[in-house]
Amino acid sequence: MKHLLSTLDLSRADAIRILDIAEEMAAVGTREVKKLPALRGRTVVNLFFEDSTRTRISFEAAAKRLSADVINFSAKGSSVSKGESLKDTAQTLQAIGADAVVIRHGASGAPARLAATDWIDAPVVNAGDGTHEHPTQALLDAFTLRTHWSKIHDHTSLGSDLAGMKVAIVGDILHSRVARSNLWLLRTLGAEVTMVAPPTLLPHGSNVWPCTISYDLDATLAGGIDAVMMLRVQGERMHDSFFPNTREYSRLWGFDDARLAALDAQGQSHTIIMHPGPMNRGLEISSAAADSPRSTVLEQVSNGVAVRMAVLYLLLSGDQQRPAGL
Amino acid sequence: MSTNTSYLIRNAKPLGADTADILINDGVIVALGADAGAHPAAADATIIDAAGQIALPGLVDLHTHLREPGREDAETVETGTRAAAKGGFTAVHAMANSNPVADTAGVVEQVWSLGKRSGWVDVRPVGAVTVGLKGAQMSEIGAMADSRAAVRVFSDDGICVFDPLIMRRALEYVKAFDGVVAQHAQEPRLTEGAQMNEGEVSAVLGLPGWPAVAEESIIARDVLLAEHVGSRLHICHVSTAGSVEIIRWAKSRGVNVTAEVTPHHLLLTDELVKSYDPVFKVNPPLRTETDVMALRAGLADGTIDIIGTDHAPHPSEDKECEWAAAAMGMTGLETALSVVQHTMIETGLISWADFARVTSTTPAAIGRVEDQGRALAVGEPANITLVDADARWVVDPLAMATKGRNSPFKGLELPGKVTHVFFHGHLTVRDGELATPRITETA
Repeated sequence: MKHLLSTLDLSRADAIRILDIAEEMAAVGTREVKKLPALRGRTVVNLFFEDSTRTRISFEAAAKRLSADVINFSAKGSSVSKGESLKDTAQTLQAIGADAVVIRHGASGAPARLAATDWIDAPVVNAGDGTHEHPTQALLDAFTLRTHWSKIHDHTSLGSDLAGMKVAIVGDILHSRVARSNLWLLRTLGAEVTMVAPPTLLPHGSNVWPCTISYDLDATLAGGIDAVMMLRVQGERMHDSFFPNTREYSRLWGFDDARLAALDAQGQSHTIIMHPGPMNRGLEISSAAADSPRSTVLEQVSNGVAVRMAVLYLLLSGDQQRPAGL
Repeated sequence: MSTNTSYLIRNAKPLGADTADILINDGVIVALGADAGAHPAAADATIIDAAGQIALPGLVDLHTHLREPGREDAETVETGTRAAAKGGFTAVHAMANSNPVADTAGVVEQVWSLGKRSGWVDVRPVGAVTVGLKGAQMSEIGAMADSRAAVRVFSDDGICVFDPLIMRRALEYVKAFDGVVAQHAQEPRLTEGAQMNEGEVSAVLGLPGWPAVAEESIIARDVLLAEHVGSRLHICHVSTAGSVEIIRWAKSRGVNVTAEVTPHHLLLTDELVKSYDPVFKVNPPLRTETDVMALRAGLADGTIDIIGTDHAPHPSEDKECEWAAAAMGMTGLETALSVVQHTMIETGLISWADFARVTSTTPAAIGRVEDQGRALAVGEPANITLVDADARWVVDPLAMATKGRNSPFKGLELPGKVTHVFFHGHLTVRDGELATPRITETA
């Protein structure tokens, strides 16, 4: 694995290796000294063309826990806002001596361009590109799902996958890099995926995706679902005729209190509710749902650091041994 | 004029048929056949050995972006027409989306005279349908038609003439000048922010889609408008299977519509976008295998009338970037012949005689270029392209005459090499390399 650009081209073996190493990394996060020397002397650049404090600090924490030096490069107020091209930025980072580049970009495929061109040699980690993919988000979601799935089945999570798990991904699939990355990864790991959305927010061409597509959230939930992943609805969608208004959206595709009560009434005690954050409380998820014991929102955030540690470690150390100090 | 104005082409195969000699004198074909060498003018003629090579009427492109005036960093009339000559062309139509836009007699005459001065091919300027390509007010179509550039093709190419009333009026108005409206069929609302063909690949790549229906709905509207007002309509760069069906239907009703397809839409598909390499970004976008096959079938059965290159050079900085930021367009003049040979002739879909029809005769007829696209016959102007159809070559954008390095065929091995090009009897290409331009009186 030279880069992490998408989950579509991630093998099952690589995915499970990342999750297994992330489990060991997670243990570091519970220690009093949350640090490993694995990447001492290496430089990780967080190249963020889009604002994303959550993802950036997660990568920053991951790199620092591995003792790497971290440079945060934000496009706002930098040479990029003065018109510098992606090529020049990449070549600059190469000249500075970046050992890995974590890139968040508004244009789908920008990380793939960095990886394919000779602008920069360093490994590239896609931290979210346009409406394409967000592979580390999918990996942290899979990590969270695996923890619960193995607990339910009372087996060890190490080395295991998600065979037979039923996951619903709900909301703005069309514009969601999280949905795409999750679909490919969850399928690779053996889960069954249902996409639930208004037809306007499903991409044309998604009919051939390896998932069930539903317009009816209640019917999907009633069918028995092990995890529900709610997607954020971007503010700008509300003015572009994707749905009539937020009340109707919320009523039909939001995880509201009634649906939470229905899960309880159906006796689906193990079903978890996930959200990649930031949440629009009252729109795609109600406060009661977000704060319920079923919610894994904060667990996902902490798992994110462990998963990103595993990814950086695998890309930068080049070996698949256990990191020293574990 | 050059001192030697006679050439004897030996053992060529006109339109791929039986071997013949062709004698050219003072810009005209004066003898043709086994005994051409016996003609008195053959005595001083330069001999061109064309054994095994195919003789074609010089190619005529109805759809070329020469970029001048305004974007001389991308291409100039000089470099673009050098590329045209090297690709076997003897005439090109220069699209109107320059800066300033070619929407007045002054601009079209400037482009026309730049073409004259360059002397590599005939440059026929296309006039804009609307002022500034803004789609609101008709440009001075009559003044452009009556200018020295004698414009007959009008197009806002790059932008669709979307307003149905403006389109209707333009179709009606050009009738007064024997003109044709060449439509860039793209429904603007359905393609806001569009980056690639909308379908299974765009769904995975997360790039905003350019749906086939955005092209087809405009073509459907415009063939009905052309029928209603009895005008000539030309559809630029048809790219979808559905468009071919609509045009086939329109022709069966007797609508006076012609259609063009680009070489790249005959070969490449949206699968290539998976690389996110902007060299594959073009408008209309690369479509699916089904579309490619329908376009080939449409060209073979005459539904699609011509090849138009949509040669669109861009400076490398406009392509060396992320996909969304990149410019749309591909170069095409120097690969058109080879790509059409590869996709249409080597597949058995058309003959070399058909090739001459779709690359020369019909485009010249649509553009009303009187002395181009003529038969290879005694008394006709000597616009002749010789092709070594057995040669194979690997596309190298750095070796091209165009300024644009944005060839999507880079690295591909293709058949067919242009060996010699006669432009009104003047040798512009010799042994595959540019020779000299044809300099006439200063324009």
